[in-house]
Amino acid sequence: MIAPGTQPGLWQTARALLARDLRLVWRRRGDALQPVLFALLVVVLFALALGRDPTGMARVAAAVLWLAVLLAGQLALDALFRSDAEDGSLEQWLLAPVPLAWLVLVRVLTHWVTTALPMIVLAPLLAEMLHLPHDQLPVLLASLLLGTPLLSLIGGVVAALTVSIRRSGILVALLALPLYVPVLVFGAGSVSAATRGQDPVGALLLLAAGLVVALVLAPLATAAAIRISLS
Amino acid sequence: MNALTRWFHQLGSPPTFDRFAARWSRVFYVAAVPVLLIGLWQGLFVVPAEQKQLDAFRILYIHVPSAWMSLFVFALMALYSAIALIWRIKICEILAMACAPMGAGFTLITLLTGSIWGKGTWGTWWDWDPRMTSELVLLFLYLGVIGLYHAIEDRRSAARAAGLLAIVGVSLLPVIRYSVDWWGGLHQRQSINMFGDNAVRGQLIAPLWWMVVATKLWFAGSLLAKARADNLAREAGKAWVAERFATGPAGEIPR
Repeated sequence: MIAPGTQPGLWQTARALLARDLRLVWRRRGDALQPVLFALLVVVLFALALGRDPTGMARVAAAVLWLAVLLAGQLALDALFRSDAEDGSLEQWLLAPVPLAWLVLVRVLTHWVTTALPMIVLAPLLAEMLHLPHDQLPVLLASLLLGTPLLSLIGGVVAALTVSIRRSGILVALLALPLYVPVLVFGAGSVSAATRGQDPVGALLLLAAGLVVALVLAPLATAAAIRISLS
Repeated sequence: MNALTRWFHQLGSPPTFDRFAARWSRVFYVAAVPVLLIGLWQGLFVVPAEQKQLDAFRILYIHVPSAWMSLFVFALMALYSAIALIWRIKICEILAMACAPMGAGFTLITLLTGSIWGKGTWGTWWDWDPRMTSELVLLFLYLGVIGLYHAIEDRRSAARAAGLLAIVGVSLLPVIRYSVDWWGGLHQRQSINMFGDNAVRGQLIAPLWWMVVATKLWFAGSLLAKARADNLAREAGKAWVAERFATGPAGEIPR
């Protein structure tokens, strides 16, 4: 029971949740590095499969990087709500005096900062390994910056739907990947449009528009999914 | 309460729905068969062969109706799911989940007939053309809904979770469709419009309408039959099921 007048505000809860999540990530720094390592490995495997042809590699570099980031993020998705569902914190979220969608939004953004952002920071290095032409790098980084939060927000819905299932690895992929299609098309498409000498701004603007819509709607859908999963 | 609303509310109760579905699924099946036969007969024998594609185009009388059904069934599934989520009507959960495998079936038929036709006409089994790609994504969305429904233990929350996924899917479908369109391709533009000029001649189009009606009727019949079976499976322990199925003389099931 919360005494009247002491209800925590939106920012206060957000700050508390953020501090807790970041502390948890810091205590398990090794785990937090895994998505980045996975993306690196995907790039290495692609390079090995493609052979030592720099021009061929440069042609597919943007697509490979996008896929590596997408797959790594998709693998990290399962951890989004699982530990909280197992130790019961998720039930406390339902009881919290702030909207569930707000907590979800804070959690998804924290998750994005800790899993996707390191990969974007690493992207120039990976791009260099794949011989991505230098003039494409800004477009790639912009598309990743706009696209990966979108992936996290859409993935959040799927993670919430599958949180009550014990082993959900492949299922999460089966549910999330078809929904990722537009993000991948516009994200990787913006870079390949830039390669062909077309203006990539249109695709980037569409990604930005999608991000704005998802920022509003995805937390609501995720909150509904959590309510269903925990009922 | 007027008679129609009362009837609608009563339909939400499993025993009433069972009686309703048993009667109407048979009606729909019986109505579908002659329409289907007329459509197939006209499509295969009456309509003259086309100048360029010869007889190959006749597969479109299966391809086009199933393509429309694949989208229609997804929308219907999302509609039932929305009703089930908002008003918690159990029958709507069952109906929504009964839609999923049938919609997946129509999608698969669309992809298979399309690729057979494509081999004859374009000379390739598969091409990454926007329509084909979005149809393939649609198949994965159906499989996702089915997979999620079967992965969750509790039937009711499974149906609700899969239903929410269907609603998310239906709201993303136009975006997926648009994105894949933007990505570019080879498929012909839509050549049949309900209103205005058709790219396809009138004589060729008559069997198509028969087939469209036939698939709708057949779908309605099988949807009711499947929903009835699922409903009975869920209610298997209830007294009304035992009553309805135990008392018939000589193994006959009373309706």
